[in-house]
Amino acid sequence: MLAHAIFFYFFSVIAVFSAIMVIASKNTVHSVFFLILDFISISCLFIMIGAEFLGMIMLIVYVGAVAVLFLFVVMMLNVAQQKDEWFKGKIFTSHIPFGFLISIIIFLELIIVIGGWKYKPNLIETSSIQIDKNFTNTHALGNVIYTDYIHLFQLAGLILLVAMIGAIVLTYRKREGVKRQSYFRQVSREKVEGVTLVDVKSNKGVNLND
Amino acid sequence: MNYLFILFNEIYKILFLLIPILVSVALIVWFDRRVWAFVQKRRGPNVVGPFGLFQTVADALKYIFKEIIIPASANKIIFILAPIVTMTLALIAWAVIPFSEKLVLSNINVGILYLFAISSLGVYGIIMGGWASNSKYPFLGSIRSAAQMVSYEVSIGIIIVNVLLCVGSLNLKDIVLAQKNIWFIIPLFPMFVIFFISALAETNRPPFDLPEAESELVAGYQTEYSGMMYAMFWLGEYANILLMCAMGSILFLGGWLSPINLYPFNLLPSPLWMILKILLLFFLFALVKAIVPRYRFDQLMRLGWKVFLPVSLIWVILTASYLYYFEMLPNST
Repeated sequence: MLAHAIFFYFFSVIAVFSAIMVIASKNTVHSVFFLILDFISISCLFIMIGAEFLGMIMLIVYVGAVAVLFLFVVMMLNVAQQKDEWFKGKIFTSHIPFGFLISIIIFLELIIVIGGWKYKPNLIETSSIQIDKNFTNTHALGNVIYTDYIHLFQLAGLILLVAMIGAIVLTYRKREGVKRQSYFRQVSREKVEGVTLVDVKSNKGVNLND
Repeated sequence: MNYLFILFNEIYKILFLLIPILVSVALIVWFDRRVWAFVQKRRGPNVVGPFGLFQTVADALKYIFKEIIIPASANKIIFILAPIVTMTLALIAWAVIPFSEKLVLSNINVGILYLFAISSLGVYGIIMGGWASNSKYPFLGSIRSAAQMVSYEVSIGIIIVNVLLCVGSLNLKDIVLAQKNIWFIIPLFPMFVIFFISALAETNRPPFDLPEAESELVAGYQTEYSGMMYAMFWLGEYANILLMCAMGSILFLGGWLSPINLYPFNLLPSPLWMILKILLLFFLFALVKAIVPRYRFDQLMRLGWKVFLPVSLIWVILTASYLYYFEMLPNST
């Protein structure tokens, strides 16, 4: 149990520290790297409570894909300067009440969630899902997602699809005068149409345009 | 006292895995260069040691004694961290690779997901190196490689789904044992081809070595690196390639299983079969490097998204419906 506790505090200290550093560090790219560290340590925590599938998916989806895109955007947009101005400028103060309000709401929600757990500890046991201890994580999740909650699952997929299409529609621009490469034409080019044998007379040269 | 014992035992086991891998990475670099040379009718490295076997050791020594130059405008911490991240990620993934029924460092339930996650983290070493160098070529190289690795991961993931449908477990040991009767390369041959090509792209090997295309980007994300830091990138890359070969041999070539379960083949110990299969796949990697010209970047992205992704998705549907209608779905326990 001691080793478990040591690992738990190790990962959670890293998680909390890096979460603070995400907002505190002045370099935006550093912020994203701290965010990645946060994701990784939280997935370690997931694995520690036995949710190995969730932890791995967290690594694959958030760290392997989402954070890469974050990093891309942050590197390309050069938001580092803006963040610096944000720290020094006067607009900085006017946003505090709004942020304060949101953080109070989140805090209250957290209290409700944790409090509900505290005052009704048998909440999990009373839920309709039966958790079989012999199943691995993946089997248990699959048995629930693809049977009882199949409609919700597909709905979530549809929402993601719509979001993706929306993003493409919003950013798609049709540019005029761009030469497009037709792969089919490039590949199917034959020697006959590309090369012609010309009999060149000496001292006369050739004019290929006739 | 008990904890200490467990700790030392684990460290011993890790070293028992790690040192052979580092040695074999050194040998594999030599093998790669030799194959490359033989295809082009050259001799290749043949001076240091017998057959030039110690060439990589000599190279590594040279790198160690060279000065590490950090560019003045570079972001120092991330610049130094990048090769370390690459090397570490390339090595920690070996923890779950089974070399025989018992010879595996940690036999976890979600082994294949772990492998996939680690290989998808590999992109960070490259992005960090490219960004922290703070110059044009490395940055372009790292952007290219990030786009490339993210898009080829998708098809690798779907190929893994194909294999998992036939196995019914995410455990690497179960995946190998499910191939006792028939290796998955036979029913899923098109998937093996796509996996092989995607693995080439994932590890930035030629013909997909656009992140370090020397004719366009000098050396891509490694341009500003020198000395041991460059060597770490280089060794990490080769460790990644070996890892991809191991993954391919587990998913499609039956891991440590012998090709035919009969008398003369049974004699060889199972780790040796695993190593032979990894070597075979690596030989193919080396051959491809020698004989294929480099892809254009737009063709590379097109191949990943418009060819491999749809084909592998269709194969998922085919495999699933075949298994369902012929009632060959692996029973879930």
